[in-house]
This record gives sequence, structure tokens and C-alpha cells, in this order.
Amino acid sequence: MNRHKIEELIFKGLMMASTMFVLGSLVLILGTVIWRGLPALNLAMLTQTPKGGYYMGKEGGILNAIVGSLYLAGGATALSLVISLPIALYLQIYAPRTRQSEVARLVLDVLWGIPSIVYGAFGFTLMLWLGIRASLLGGIIALTLLELPIMVRGMDEAIALVPNALKEASLALGATCLETAFKVVVKQTAPALLTAVLLAFGRGIGDAASVLFTAGYTDRLPDSILSPVASLPLAIFFQLGTPFPAVQDRAYASALVLTIIILILSLTSRWLTGRLTTNIVR
Amino acid sequence: MEKTLQLIRYQLGKGKWNIVFGLSRPTKDRLARRIMGLLTLSTGILLLVMILVLFARSWPILAIKPLEELLFSTTWQPLQGAFGFYPFIMGTLWVTMIAMIIAAPPSLLTAIYLAEYASSRTREIVKPLIDLLAGIPSVVYGIWGVLTVVPFVQDVIAPFLGHWFGFIPLFQVNNPTGYSILAGGIVLAVMVFPVIIAVSEEVIQAVPQGLREASLALGATRWQTIKHVVLRYSLPGVMAAIVLGFSRAFGETMAVLMVVGNVPQVPHSIFDAAYPLPALIANNYGEMMSIPLYDAALMGASLILLLVVLLFNLISRLILMRLVRFE
Amino acid sequence: MVQPHMQFRQLNIWYSSRQALKNVTAEIPARGITAIIGPSGCGKTTLLKSLNRLLEETDGIRVEGEVLLGGENIYDPSVDVTKIRTRVGLLASKPFPLPMSIFDNVAYGPRIHGQYSGSLSEVVERNLKTAGLWEEVYDRLGTPAARLSTGQQQRLCLARALAVEPEVLLCDEPTSALDPISAQRIEIQLKAIKEKMTIVVVTHLLRQAHRLADHVIFLWLGELVESGPANQVFNSPRDERTRAYLSGDIG
Repeated sequence: MNRHKIEELIFKGLMMASTMFVLGSLVLILGTVIWRGLPALNLAMLTQTPKGGYYMGKEGGILNAIVGSLYLAGGATALSLVISLPIALYLQIYAPRTRQSEVARLVLDVLWGIPSIVYGAFGFTLMLWLGIRASLLGGIIALTLLELPIMVRGMDEAIALVPNALKEASLALGATCLETAFKVVVKQTAPALLTAVLLAFGRGIGDAASVLFTAGYTDRLPDSILSPVASLPLAIFFQLGTPFPAVQDRAYASALVLTIIILILSLTSRWLTGRLTTNIVR
Repeated sequence: MEKTLQLIRYQLGKGKWNIVFGLSRPTKDRLARRIMGLLTLSTGILLLVMILVLFARSWPILAIKPLEELLFSTTWQPLQGAFGFYPFIMGTLWVTMIAMIIAAPPSLLTAIYLAEYASSRTREIVKPLIDLLAGIPSVVYGIWGVLTVVPFVQDVIAPFLGHWFGFIPLFQVNNPTGYSILAGGIVLAVMVFPVIIAVSEEVIQAVPQGLREASLALGATRWQTIKHVVLRYSLPGVMAAIVLGFSRAFGETMAVLMVVGNVPQVPHSIFDAAYPLPALIANNYGEMMSIPLYDAALMGASLILLLVVLLFNLISRLILMRLVRFE
Repeated sequence: MVQPHMQFRQLNIWYSSRQALKNVTAEIPARGITAIIGPSGCGKTTLLKSLNRLLEETDGIRVEGEVLLGGENIYDPSVDVTKIRTRVGLLASKPFPLPMSIFDNVAYGPRIHGQYSGSLSEVVERNLKTAGLWEEVYDRLGTPAARLSTGQQQRLCLARALAVEPEVLLCDEPTSALDPISAQRIEIQLKAIKEKMTIVVVTHLLRQAHRLADHVIFLWLGELVESGPANQVFNSPRDERTRAYLSGDIG
């Protein structure tokens, strides 16, 4: 066996070990959250709002945070969808392969990279100017900014997979770009577009730094779009910050709830991707 | 006027929406093009507005304090009006650098493995799992850090390295808890794995197959081909992937905040606590309105984060775009 | 009779479930140019790439049968594939200059194998001369190879392949990406070296086959129809399909 072969074997071993290491860290994270979160998880946590003294270990649950997070991420995702879909369609159908769309993609990629705490700070400033206090609306605005680039680029890449011939066939039949976009392209790519939406939703529901300034926190369920609202990530953060082990256990349970939501979203989008390959004309 | 409104209401009432949908098809198309183009343009405007707004909000402090005092002073006493960002900037840099040192080698090796060696079945199993790693919320990373990484640093790494290498300042243990730069770095490293792996794997996949075959056909082994041809060809893209990972780590807030100790000091050892910029912003948003200049200082911190991340992202995205276009 | 340099024996090749080559048995005589001809999609390139086992780089490929190099089956599990590829070189259809200088491109093979006669710069000079590129690049050997024109790049690839001193040189439509003048230069170089080594050329250009070939292998839909000396196959084909293809009736 010569030196080259040995070198290759060593590096191949290192590569496999690295892959195992990366996957192992995923297992470790999920394992830790399940192991510490599961014992503290019970039905009351999922169905009750915090009662008096909850943060000292008394009765209650995190329903406020679960509902709040669904409202926040749901609202932001709906708002992003309305803005993202036209942008993605514009990039792919009205301005494909132009300098304009290249620059737009660059901007979106850069926006994707901006830390969520900066979106939080920016959203907070916007709210001050608009005269809104920390509220569901404020949180939705900040999260929309966060989700927008993720959703647009996801949709953009999904639509890019539609064969050019299909778009051209539609245009050749006399359809306008607009009709091609909504009647052909969107229909063809619906599962992949939905995957992009789910991805953005997952990002939104898991983000803490952007809602920290903008959504506030409350033990009650939100009754209006202008009232403050709790969120799961912040519930985890605040409960962990208390000095009481019983409450910290609840933080782990809350983290498990959030992780389960993320897992469900991930599995759903895998399933949708599977459907995509059977539905689309290639 | 009244009649027009009535007409509109009538048409809306009939559910015809004729004002918009009664337009001819080409007109609708032109209108849609205009609206969608404006929306696209608005993303660029958003970026500019963010920079301008953060700049304007931090102007009160930028106007009265010299930049070098803000960036290089170590005194942080908001009540006395002293705002030196130096400890926080150094905290961010330390944590980020440690994260990159831990994350880059295994990420690159994994990316090479997935792109060059793994069977398509292995890839189909591994890649979704790595995507999942990218989707885990940062607070969950933080929980994991508190439960696993911090005790590990405190009970295993610090005693070991401190005992054998404590004479090197970098490994000196002056902090009895595990809440440290190293803990933050480890958590961040795991968070940037998926970023570096996904981008560099894509870049390596984009190396023309003919180039690999040219090397293999000369009798080179697969590893020689990777080392001399594939990696050399994809080097700019791989660097871009690392820079992207760096800027992701640079702005990460909650997970780091939960494990890094948050002591405003200039760190000297990986076991020291630190106070990164994002943690500073997140921890003090509540009181910032009550102290003069405090909110301007925190907005300034956001501006620093934004500009650094913007710069790094711009560089790496431009490199990646060029690579993809050449392909 | 002289032993053929390479032989196919009962070679069957599948891409996933599609069979690309069916039971091919043929010989490649030593020295001279053997042309593999046939209509597109008939398995010409597959047959060529089976000769240096580069096929294995494609996912889902399956090879049955034998390919002999000097009497030894190159698909035998005990064979070191890098040794085979050192003995059997390749000139691809498109030039792929490695991401390094002109000098390093030619020196790549010798460096990897760690053996060459004379100094490295002599090896580079000799092979660039053989490929007919030396006069154009001798004063800028350090510049990146990607800056050369496509025609020059292909001659560089030829020099690079020759630098490992292969016994057999495989050429996969070596002029298809080139302009007529560059193509002619490649043909001239190939003719010049055919006395010293065995050359196998895949081409879909009948006129190129006429110009270059000493021997011909004709493939039709994955099957070997006819093979033999060029003048025999071209002038008095035995098979009806060969005759039809040569006269332009099919393919």
C-alpha cells in the first residue's frame, strides 16, 4: 500500500467522522431536549395560561406562548406570502436572467443574512414612529421582515425548476405573463411554494430576538392586534431565567414543544417535496 | 363624486370587481408587472431604509462622541455617559472566531464527503438531517448549551486544559463557571455547521465533472483529484461559505446570550466570560429609554452588527454568484 | 498474428436499467488509429470510456464482460484503476484545463506519479512540442491555462495526456468543440504520434474517420456491427447496415 492510498484513507476516515460528528450533534441536541423536557411536559402546560405565581413554580401552563407564537408566525407568514409570491414570480417570469433580477437576488440574500436582533431593533424604531406599543402587530411586522427574504428565495428557487419550455408553451398559446404566472407556474409548483412558506413559518415561530422588542410579553391570551403577546421562544428564555428548578424544567418542556413544532414542519415539507416530484411536468 | 362611489359600491356588491378585473388582459398584465416590479424594488429600499434609520437613531451619540472612543474605549457606564463598545466588540469577535475554528474543519470535511464520496442514498438521508439542524430555533440551541455544553466546559474541558496548558494565557481558567467564550463558541459552531456545509457542498458539486474526469484519467486517485483540482477550483466558493458562516455567527443572539456569561470585559482566555454585541442589545432593551443616549448607543450597536454582516454577506454572495454563473 | 493491444470480450454495459452496449467483442490493434463510428446514441463514448474505467464515475452504471489491456482484464477486482488510467490516457471532447498554470497542467500527471525521465521542465517542453503548442506558449508557461483559446486548450490537454506516457490514447470526439483550423491541428498531431502509440478515436464525422482511421469499429444501437481495417470497412463493408450508414442512408 503506498503513501497516496494511506493519505486518502486517513482523509476519508476524517470525513466520515466529521459527518458523524455533525449528525451526532443533532442527535445530542434533540436527545437533550427530549430527555429533560419530556418529564416536565403535561397536559396542563399545553392547555392553561400562567396562573398567579407561575414563575415561582405554581400552577399554570404556556398556552399564552403557544397561541401567541402561532398568531405571530401565522400573521407574519400570511403577510410575507402576499408580498413574496409576486416578487418571486416577477423575478422568474417578468425579469428572468436580467441584471435587475440578479441584483434583487443579491439584496434578498443579504437581507436573509441580517441578524434577527437587527430586525428587532429596526422594527422597534418603526413602531415608535408609528406610535404602536409592543404588540402582536409590532411582532408581526418584525417577523415579516425576517421571513420575507427566506420565503422569496425559497419560492424563487422552486419556480426556477419549472422547465422553460412550459412557460414558453403557455406564452406561445397567447397567455400573458400574468396568466402564465398564476395559472401555469403557481399551479405547477404549489407544493414547493408551500414548502417555502413552511420554512419561513418555522423560522418565524422559532425566532426570539426579533420579537423581544416588538411583541412584548403577557400571561394573557391576546385579545386584539394591538395588545402585547407572548411567544414560545421568549417563554423558554424567561422561564429558564428564573431561579426555581421547577420553572426551569418548564423551560425545557417548552423547548420540547417548540422542537416538536419544528419537527412537524420539517416532516411536512419533506412530504410535500416528495409530492412535488410526482406532480410536476419535467 | 357621490355617484361614482355608488357605482363602485354597486359593482363591488355584484361581486364583479369590474374596476380592476374588467380591464383588458394586456392592461392587467402591464399593471401586474408594474406592481410586482415595485414590490421587488421595495426589498432594496428596505435595506437602505434599515441602514438609514439605524444611522439616524444612533446619530445622537455618533455626533458627540468621537468614533475611536466608541470603538476602542473599554469603559461602559451608561449612567455616567461612557459608552465604550470595545469589550463587546472583542466579545463578539472572540466567540465568533472560536466558533469558526471549531466549525470550519468538520463542516468542510462533511461537505467534501457528501459531494464527492457519499452515495446518493447516503446524501438523501444526511442532507435533510443537516437542514433540520439549520431549522432548530436558537433558544433550543441555548437550552442545549445550558444543559450540556456549559457543564461539559466546566467539568471536563476547563479542568483538563487548565491543568495541562494553563500556562498559556489563552487557556487560563479564571472563571469557575462554564458560562464562557468556549461554551458560546461550541454552541455557535454547531449552529453554523449547516450554513457552511450546505453552501460549500453546493459549490463543490458545481465543479464541472469534466475537470474531475480529466484528473482521474491521468491516473490520479480520487483524493488527489479532490485536493489538487476540485478544492483548488472551488476555493473561492468554499471561502465564501466560511465567511457566510462567520457572519451568521456574528449576529446570533439568543443562543450565545444564554451561555456566554455576559460580563462586560475584554476577554483574555477562552474560559473567560464575555458580552457580545447582540447580547448587549437584547439584554438592555428594557431600560434603554430611561437613560440619555442609551438607546442611541444600542442602536449604534445594531448598526455595527448590520454593517459588518452586510459587508461579509455582500462579499461572499458576489463570489458565489460568479461561480454559479460560470458553471 | 500480432496480439491486439486492447480487446473487448462479451462486454455488456447498463445505465440503471437501460442497456447501452450489448455483447461487444472486438479488438484494438497495437499502434495506429482505431476509429469508433456510428450514429449518435449508439454507445460510442460508453465503449471508449470502458477502456480506462472512467465509466465508473457515472452513478448506476453496471459492467459485465472483460476488457483486456495486453492480455490482462482491467475490470479484475485486483487491478489498481489508477495504473490502468496511467497506461490508457484520455483526450476529452471539450478541453478541461485544470485550474493551474500551463506548466502545472502538463506537469500534473508526472508529479502525481512521481516518475518522469529528465527534469520536469524537459518533460513539459517535450510534450508541449509534441502537441504543437510549444511555439505559442513557451514564454508564458506560468499563466493560468484557462486564458488560452479553446483550440490551444485542447492541444494543452493533449500534451497533458501525453506527459504520463500512456500506451493507449483515447480521444472522445476530440475536435467537436473546436473551429476547423484548430481541429485540423489536432488531427495533424494525432497522425504524428500514431506510430508510437495506440490511438482510439470516437467520431461522428465520417470524413474525419476517413482521414484518420487505420482500423474501424462500427456500432449500431449498442451492438457491434462490423470491425476491421479501415479500407476494408469503408470500401467493401460486409454488413448491410454498415453500407447504409456509410452511404448516408441511415444514421
